[in-house]
Amino acid sequence: MSLLAGEEGPAAQSGWGHDHERKGFFTDTSICIGCKACEVACKEWNRNPIDGNLEILGSSYDNTGALGANTWRHVAFVEQGRERIEEARESGRKLVSLGMPGIGPKSSGARGATPAGDLSQVDRTPPDTPEFRWLMSSDVCKHCTNAGCLDVCPTGAIFRSEFGSVVVQQDVCNGCGTCVSACPFGVIERRDDGTVSPFAVREEEDPRRGTASKCTLCYDRLVDGEEPACSATCPTQSITFGDHPDLAEDAKQRVADLHARGMTEARLYGTNPKDGVGGTGSVFLLLDEPEVYGLPPDPQVPTKSLPKTYARTGLAAAGMVAAVALSFLGARR
Amino acid sequence: MSLTEFDADRPPEKPRRRRGDGRRRRRRGLGEIGMGDGSREGAVVEDVEFERADEYGSYYGRPVVKAPPWKAPIAVYLFLGGVAGGSGLLAFGAQCTRRPLLRRNARLVALGTVGLGTVALIEDLGRPERFLNMMRTVKVTSPMSLGTWVVGGFASLSGVLGALEVDRMTGRKLPLGPLRPLLGAAEGPASLGQVVLAPLLASYTGALLGNTIVPTWEAGRGHLSYLFASSASLAAGGAAMVTTPVAEAGPARLLAAAGVAGDVVSMHRMKESMHPLEREPLETGTPGKLLTWAERLAVAGGIGALLGGRSRVVAAASGAALLTASALTRFGVLNAGLESVKDPRRVIEPQKARLAARRAAGITDDSITAGG
Ligand code: SF4
Ligand code: SF4
Ligand code: SF4
Repeated sequence: MSLLAGEEGPAAQSGWGHDHERKGFFTDTSICIGCKACEVACKEWNRNPIDGNLEILGSSYDNTGALGANTWRHVAFVEQGRERIEEARESGRKLVSLGMPGIGPKSSGARGATPAGDLSQVDRTPPDTPEFRWLMSSDVCKHCTNAGCLDVCPTGAIFRSEFGSVVVQQDVCNGCGTCVSACPFGVIERRDDGTVSPFAVREEEDPRRGTASKCTLCYDRLVDGEEPACSATCPTQSITFGDHPDLAEDAKQRVADLHARGMTEARLYGTNPKDGVGGTGSVFLLLDEPEVYGLPPDPQVPTKSLPKTYARTGLAAAGMVAAVALSFLGARR
Repeated sequence: MSLTEFDADRPPEKPRRRRGDGRRRRRRGLGEIGMGDGSREGAVVEDVEFERADEYGSYYGRPVVKAPPWKAPIAVYLFLGGVAGGSGLLAFGAQCTRRPLLRRNARLVALGTVGLGTVALIEDLGRPERFLNMMRTVKVTSPMSLGTWVVGGFASLSGVLGALEVDRMTGRKLPLGPLRPLLGAAEGPASLGQVVLAPLLASYTGALLGNTIVPTWEAGRGHLSYLFASSASLAAGGAAMVTTPVAEAGPARLLAAAGVAGDVVSMHRMKESMHPLEREPLETGTPGKLLTWAERLAVAGGIGALLGGRSRVVAAASGAALLTASALTRFGVLNAGLESVKDPRRVIEPQKARLAARRAAGITDDSITAGG
């Protein structure tokens, strides 16, 4: 079913040819300081409405809540104690010993402290486990290789851009909402309320009301040769933007570095092209299980099993025809 | 990272609280807690209770995936589309077996329900005026797209056949003029087209709901089409039993009974195949109640159709029960899905389980989380 996973990458495979490199994000949550500059930059650039009513959510420093129609970047805050940190170290270590796509550091590491070559001899004694830690992670649309939202959109409003990103044309979308239920990451949402102005002064109508909305990977900036607003503004380079293959390489290198220092809680999310969405355009380095950050542990694009689902639909239809035929044959006058 | 040396001096951690300990936290606006006009100095967050995300095994118990913005009109559409599809099949059968009343009524029911259903579908769009944008393209990967074409095609053909029937009923009084012979000639092809699209109209909605990541629907992917086709059969049978004299409604009664059997069996098989957390919304709360009543009414209606269907009164009552049952099934399944999204455990636990199962089976290379 027109799944785009493949060596060529989504941009080439959806007909843009080979002159375009797939773009994406590498979000290294281990150096995020939770400043939310990305959230603000995104809101400003895209003139997205406010979510909620300036509430304090009571969830650490996160008063945004979740990704949604009006929030295309969301910084998660998680507070953890020693016990949970140890669990995270353990689960990270297991990922490696499971033979998950392994650690393969570049022999000439970009970072000075990187041991080259085989890591099995490296001393993996973890540093002292801290008593407490904050996890901060800036979440965003994954720009999936096999994007559920794109597959199911019946109007063709969602398209694959030449940068390999997934973009909604809000002037085409009719707000059917099918895409919302097909995103395994709970990213895209229909904007049902909200204007550009804050709650107190609600006069302008948002022309994008009633249509699906999510991160565009700053398509409007990319076509002008700019980088996205969120990564441009990130003061720690926790969010880096660039060519997808390079980013994936950097991410692997970084996780290898961290593991080498005993910080085995580090792991990658989205770099594996064999996963349920064919790998993501936005990849993440996480310091705990994905669900801790509100990410699904095993996302699967629904389209993957659509042939099977259609087969059931066909069988059900055939069964119904048979039932009607038998009813007419069996009915006495 | 330890931020200050005072971190070593923390009081011992309280035992973890679990969800649902009865404490509800009230959200407050900033204005409420003393920053509004700046006149009071701010213990801004003084009595806001903070939570630890790991009390939940998820991110503060917030949903991981989102439910589509589908409300009651979509359930109505699922129901009416089913009645329309089933009636299209009955109409064709009646045409072939020379049951003119059943044919006429089924065609009119098909036209009425598919018309109302389409209105309900459009009503639920965020931008109803852009409904026709769905006709810009045909996408095989989108059950919504294919379904729209099926609905559109079925509705047009039903329009032709319905006009014919109305014309006949009124003794050729419709102001058709030169179109009348054309319409007459179109009857054969139109009814053939209708009978091809009808079962798809009744069953594609299973793929529409199934092809999502809404936990309860995703888990029901393999069964929803069977359930919906059965529900459509019993509803269309019921509609014919209500509208058509018993002498011609024999096939409708049999179809209704077969539909009840299929409905009950496929619902149970669907539930069996689910993770307990995915099944729960179908069995508890309002959707649970709706579905329990749907099953009771369906069984009652099915028995009524088989045993008492030759009495006009019993037939009409059973038909009404069956129609209600089908509507309740659609509302129940739709709402169970919308409910299932609210609790992140319904997403996380089944996903962890399937990942663990694949790992146990030796497949370790398809996880989204990787060690490097
Ligand atoms: S994360 Fe969701 S919204 Fe983003 S591309 Fe993937 S499926 Fe679409
Ligand atoms: S809501 Fe808009 S973008 Fe989403 S599937 Fe429907 S038409 Fe496409
Ligand atoms: S890429 Fe642009 S649209 Fe997407 S989160 Fe960043 S700033 Fe927002």
